[in-house]
Amino acid sequence: MNHKAGTVRRPYVRPMQGWWRRDPFFVRYMVREVTAVAVALYALILMGGVVCLAQGVLAWNLWLAAMRSPWSLLLHGVLLYAMFVHAKSWFEIMPKTMPMMFVGGQRVAGSTITRCGWAATALVSVGVLGLACWWAVR
Amino acid sequence: MPEARKTIEIRVMRYRPEQDDAPVWQSYQVPYTDDMSVLQGLQYIKDELDGTLSFRWSCRMAICGSCGMMVNGQPKLSCQTFLRHLLPGPVRIEGLAHFPIERDLVVNVEGFIEKLEGIKPYIIPKQQRTLAQGEHLQTPAQLEQFEQFSSCINCMLCYAAHRYNADSRDGGREQRMEIMNAEEGVWGCTAVGYCSEVCPKHVDPANAVNQNKVNSAKDYFLRFLSPKGMHE
Repeated sequence: MNHKAGTVRRPYVRPMQGWWRRDPFFVRYMVREVTAVAVALYALILMGGVVCLAQGVLAWNLWLAAMRSPWSLLLHGVLLYAMFVHAKSWFEIMPKTMPMMFVGGQRVAGSTITRCGWAATALVSVGVLGLACWWAVR
Repeated sequence: MPEARKTIEIRVMRYRPEQDDAPVWQSYQVPYTDDMSVLQGLQYIKDELDGTLSFRWSCRMAICGSCGMMVNGQPKLSCQTFLRHLLPGPVRIEGLAHFPIERDLVVNVEGFIEKLEGIKPYIIPKQQRTLAQGEHLQTPAQLEQFEQFSSCINCMLCYAAHRYNADSRDGGREQRMEIMNAEEGVWGCTAVGYCSEVCPKHVDPANAVNQNKVNSAKDYFLRFLSPKGMHE
């Protein structure tokens, strides 16, 4: 900053503490970021299952029993909800993260991109569930 | 304003560097009519109540982008925000967030202007054309690729919400890439999306930034394949 004689220039920089609490929009953003932890946590739980499977029958059965405990079911409920919130908030911002797309000379609307995200999720979910059911009754 | 009997409280964050160590809130009772904008409220304060209040404005019609400020915590053009929508008040007004305050509602925008100059926000022609060659023609599809982004009025509301190469006539992509690839370039964006939410011109800056992430990533990976060796 140039301080010429006779002028007072002292720009004031406001603090950034707690910036994300200032607006509901930022709170929703932080929720999206935090729910990513739930996604990572569940990946670790599944990874634990694979490790137990590699260790033998005893370890695998222990892991299965742990998965069936009430606490585990509660955790599954919480993580599933967190994942749903994460997917929803990501699909909402997804159109902004993509290059413009044109189909038949028309620009693809943001809402269409969001719906494609949900459609892919539904497709994969039904596919995985179907596979699990087929595995169970086989 | 003879018919103005209703009043609304406007609280302004004042900062006078010669006397204040930190900003202080000052309250004014402002008579208003249903057609008055926040900017007109401030103009009433300056004309009738307190001539020391400083703020920027020019066109009063959401074209010039001068009067951006935080209204009740959200970045708004004060000329485009109406007092009748903020009843019963008080209306809290402060300078645009994330910018240093020079005085009252006037913020220091040097950083923004330097960055804007840095990205060369004008068409750098692929080839110079003579006047005899006529104008550059574009298809409607080529126009749509960048038209919405060209509506930007540099009001900096998106900056206050958080912290711009798609023209077919332009050949300056490589000159800008170094700036966009920098850590404080497009990659600093974590897709909050609030900048697009607050944009008064529906420019969708979040989309612009993230398109440039795609360009930046292409530039990074394609240099390994590029036979021209033009990238460093």
